[in-house]
Amino acid sequence: MTMSGVALLAICTLLGQWLGDVLGQLLGVKANVGGVGIAMILLIASRLWLERHDWMSGPASQGIAFWGALYIPIVVAMAAQQDVVAAVKGGPVVLVAGVGSLLLCFAVVALLSRLSPATETMDEIEARERSSKSVLPTPAH
Amino acid sequence: MDTIAHALTANALLTAFAVVGIIMVFSNQISVRFTNGRIHGSAIAIVIGLALAFWGGWTTGGHKGLADVPVLSGIGLMGGAMLRDFAIVATAAEVNVMQAKRAGLIGLIALLLGTTLPFILGAMVAVAFGYGDAVSMTTIGAGAVTYIVGPVTGAALGATSAVIALSIATGVFKAVLVMIGTPLVARFIGLDNPRSAMVFGGLMGTVSGVSGGLAATDRRLVPYGALTATFHTGLGCLVAPSILYVAVRAVVGA
Repeated sequence: MTMSGVALLAICTLLGQWLGDVLGQLLGVKANVGGVGIAMILLIASRLWLERHDWMSGPASQGIAFWGALYIPIVVAMAAQQDVVAAVKGGPVVLVAGVGSLLLCFAVVALLSRLSPATETMDEIEARERSSKSVLPTPAH
Repeated sequence: MDTIAHALTANALLTAFAVVGIIMVFSNQISVRFTNGRIHGSAIAIVIGLALAFWGGWTTGGHKGLADVPVLSGIGLMGGAMLRDFAIVATAAEVNVMQAKRAGLIGLIALLLGTTLPFILGAMVAVAFGYGDAVSMTTIGAGAVTYIVGPVTGAALGATSAVIALSIATGVFKAVLVMIGTPLVARFIGLDNPRSAMVFGGLMGTVSGVSGGLAATDRRLVPYGALTATFHTGLGCLVAPSILYVAVRAVVGA
């Protein structure tokens, strides 16, 4: 059932938000600490568990995949409601601090990805998974 | 005209679906026809979204961009925190657990650097522009982390509203720059695998900036970046008004 996937997604998201709020309160912070991340981990874990018991149906996965596919349009809508006028009006402090922290962080990302050993790119991972799927016999279910 | 406006306003979310869909079809056409697919359609769509947000904010005088235009209020719901988080969590279904685990430690390092480095830079810029007291420095520095950490820190420390406004603007400007800049520099900073996406998410912070920037670069990297970025704001709200404020006060005095 498609709706069961959507419901699973909603329950994981709600649980994650709640646990993020609780974590924030425990730490004495006026913010949600990692709510989305906790929800993502919950969804990954529950999906693995359901698949192991063969309870994850195709339509249920589609219910989740549909919302994943809506992700980019939602980001476009999010961009369309930013306070861009205020960001532009903020003047030199905003300009220097914004550009400066951006360049600094980009540089550190570049540094960290150079320092760590070479890893497979997304294209290579997908190519490997495709070839291993075509070699292995398809599972019975 | 009034009846059209009524139909659009009464079905605000559907209007938003239609408008965003049209923007995306248009952007994909530009991407294919004029850039040979080199610039992602989603990157163009995000830039168009930001431009429309500027127009909306300019004409209405509000703070929510296009969502302040009455017939387009559905944009606010569609792009609001609820559906954004719902869709981000849905992308977790695509996460490769092995890949994510392998990047755990370096993701944590990225998170710590991503909080402290922008903070130090922001605080130094604040001093350079005459905001030399510890509270203002901390608030503007926190704004350079994310636009949520800024006002949360400013409110906790009792900063003036002008300083809080500056810190929000700094964070929003950074998020906007991340959305636009990421696809341009992706190749140079090695942003083509799950691990670097997790490092990126931890360093850049702002779920909106990271998710927009990664969406414009490579949709498959989004869940990995979001997984670390989500802890960014919480960590910032935790350390900025406490440890970092104490550190700033130790350096410059009250």
